[in-house]
Amino acid sequence: MMDITSEDALVDAIKGARTPVSVQGGITRGLPKTGAVLSVAGLNGITLYEPGALTLVAQAGTPVADIEAALAQENQRLAFEPMDHRGLLGTTGKPTIGGVMAANVSGPRRISVGAARDFLLGVRFVDGQGVVVKNGGRVMKNVTGYDLVKVMAGSYGTLGVLSEISMKVLPRPETQATLVLHGLDDTTGVRAMAAALGSPFEVTGAAHDPAQKKTMLRIEGFETSVMYRLGRLRDLLGNMGAEITVSDEHKTADAWTAIRDVAAFSATQDDVWRVSCKPSDGPALAVRSQADAWLYDWAGGLIWLRCAAGHDLRRKLGAFDGHATLVRADDETKARLGVFHPENSGVARLTSALRAKFDPKGLFNTGLMERAA
Amino acid sequence: MEMPVPNPSIIARKARVVQRLHQVLPADAVISDEQETRAYECDALTAYKCPPMVAVLPYTTQQVSDVLRICHEEGVPVVPRGSGTSLAGGALPTADCVILGVARMSDVIETDYDNRFIKVQTGRTNLSVTGAVEEHGFFYAPDPSSQLACAIAGNIAMNSGGAHCLKYGVTTNNLMGVTMVLMDGEVIEVGGAYLDAGGLDLLGLICGSEGQLGVVTEATLRILHKPEGARPVLIGFDDNEVAGACVSDIIKAGVLPVAIEFMDRPCIEATEAFAKAGYPMCEALLIIEVEGSDAEIDHQLGLISDIARRHNPVELRQSQSPEESAKIWLGRKSAFGAMGQINDYMCLDGTIPVSALPHVLKRIGEMSDHYGLKVGNVFHAGDGNMHPLILFDANKPGDLELCEEFGAEVLKLCVEVGGCLTGEHGVGIEKRDLMHVQYAREDLDAQMSIKDIFDPAWLLNPAKVFPLDASESRRSVLLAAE
Repeated sequence: MMDITSEDALVDAIKGARTPVSVQGGITRGLPKTGAVLSVAGLNGITLYEPGALTLVAQAGTPVADIEAALAQENQRLAFEPMDHRGLLGTTGKPTIGGVMAANVSGPRRISVGAARDFLLGVRFVDGQGVVVKNGGRVMKNVTGYDLVKVMAGSYGTLGVLSEISMKVLPRPETQATLVLHGLDDTTGVRAMAAALGSPFEVTGAAHDPAQKKTMLRIEGFETSVMYRLGRLRDLLGNMGAEITVSDEHKTADAWTAIRDVAAFSATQDDVWRVSCKPSDGPALAVRSQADAWLYDWAGGLIWLRCAAGHDLRRKLGAFDGHATLVRADDETKARLGVFHPENSGVARLTSALRAKFDPKGLFNTGLMERAA
Repeated sequence: MEMPVPNPSIIARKARVVQRLHQVLPADAVISDEQETRAYECDALTAYKCPPMVAVLPYTTQQVSDVLRICHEEGVPVVPRGSGTSLAGGALPTADCVILGVARMSDVIETDYDNRFIKVQTGRTNLSVTGAVEEHGFFYAPDPSSQLACAIAGNIAMNSGGAHCLKYGVTTNNLMGVTMVLMDGEVIEVGGAYLDAGGLDLLGLICGSEGQLGVVTEATLRILHKPEGARPVLIGFDDNEVAGACVSDIIKAGVLPVAIEFMDRPCIEATEAFAKAGYPMCEALLIIEVEGSDAEIDHQLGLISDIARRHNPVELRQSQSPEESAKIWLGRKSAFGAMGQINDYMCLDGTIPVSALPHVLKRIGEMSDHYGLKVGNVFHAGDGNMHPLILFDANKPGDLELCEEFGAEVLKLCVEVGGCLTGEHGVGIEKRDLMHVQYAREDLDAQMSIKDIFDPAWLLNPAKVFPLDASESRRSVLLAAE
């Protein structure tokens, strides 16, 4: 176990490493371990926060909760709404901002404001040879050189270890409310969400729960505006054959936290998969999956599926536009099926060359992103 | 601006290369006559010109693949080109290169309103992407000011922005998938009509790589429904610093306008003389636009106006109609043209933290006095992306060089205060030699090692983005192998 409290120490640890390490932040995302633990949780602290410029810089191990608290004081927030995996995975650590970015963790608002990667403005990281690399910066528009920032987001520590990140943050809206459509089946629910997203009313969350036959559409903004948009949406969706209710600010916040964290599946032991797809394909894929239960977020473009342990979901789905990630399973199943979706051969050749280039000694989370044989 | 010496052994093989290209392309897609290749000698950075050896205008991804395979086998550099509107020299040819233009690939392949995307060939112009979906009330959000002419291929290469990216993001935030041809002719598919990559985010890497990693021939783009309406407010201040503070207060108050544009006095004066938009003569002018229904717009403009009034504006004009909106935007939209009436100009594109605005404007004013060149500032204030326009006389010996020196000093200042060299135009050749200012050797090595993977022989757009001395050993691998 190596506890790192400075970027220099991180460099030394990586230069000295001869065998694979498991890069860890708050240890809440349930990644399989390979080799000694390299923890960056000690790289802690907000380095710079300029509310008027909507930017924040923090060390990678800074707890997400600390960042959210600082933002809340200025009435701002992480708009991409990062999921907290602890309930679903039964983990107990403190989620870190480096972990959020390394895993590109976003929530329901991803459909309107973008993913974690879209809010990441700059990074400092240490590559597999112990070289400190910086890319991007702390301004919102920056096309100076290649965008390594994006490729670091979602690289799960396989290209290098993040030491510092800078982010765009956004104002917290005055209020929010949710329009709930009751009684729709999957296909109609997805159609209702498509109609809502295809309107000018700026829906910031669109989820459908088949078990409760509830389709939820979130609106955020100034109070008068939220009221107006709810009314217009209600008119727009009046012909869907659903009973429509409105849930207020407080209930809305809790409901969307539950969707973000997939709370419906947290008390179970089964495997949990996450499928990103073309929204209108969602219902057919869910049927094909032979899963025991599922939930739609992102207007149908994100499906969370609960399956019997060891269920090979990718085989059931066959070829489709999108990808399936195994989020919760035992290590044996993860090793057998692979956590990540197999890439097409052209992409796979390039990504494995990238990993070899940035981590030539094969130190970081080795094998995590490659498909198990 | 230095460019690599053309390789005489390539030029000597021109006839053979042309003949091979003719074997895979229709006759009208190969341009090798010296008079005709001149049409491709520059992009919108017109100070630099060099006709290419050959230009090709393929119609299909397969033809692009054939062209790249042949050039790869022949060791011929390829400079990809969209519509040639780059302000950074991103499509500047060398005398030994093949220009690969995608202008004839402009089809819409698929539109899907339920899933909110459009798939196009990348030679299609930015504005005509919106044109293809606006009948259904949709639009494509990134809106670079060259949007009438610029191609999606170039937008992806440069990760183009626009006036409305404070709300909608830039190209990379609106790009869902690409078909890309690698230098050896291999065609790869990245992403598609779904969100986020499953593995490493190659899409993010490809966007903004300035045509150095591959040639993108098809793109899946996110489309959005148009807002119900949009209207601006115009606010004048007698002090730059106060205008900057007003922008910061608006953002802090939780209003997120779709655009916040800023013009300084020299720019206002030039614009008034040219377009007569009725702007107040003052030190700083803000145009702030919000979207929504009429009532929503009134509410937001009311909040913005309340904040602005606390900063004692010399003028505050809230648009109540499309005509008034058009008049407010008229001056801003003709700012570049207005400056061009006075003299030749060079348009910079650095970004700064919004808080550094007053300091940077003051320093630019001092530099203007020092160099004896006038400068007008117009920029996207919400995100700190500046566009100082430095006036010079292209016919006056030494003036261009003086202007470039001035520009370089401004960009160094942008980096010094925590910003960057380019916010939306790209590095190209223009900022290539300043990359050392923003990035250490190791940072540039990390970026160049990406190109090593995608294009090991460094044949695609080789003399761009990276300082020539930094990329020399990589670019010379090929020469050494001959």
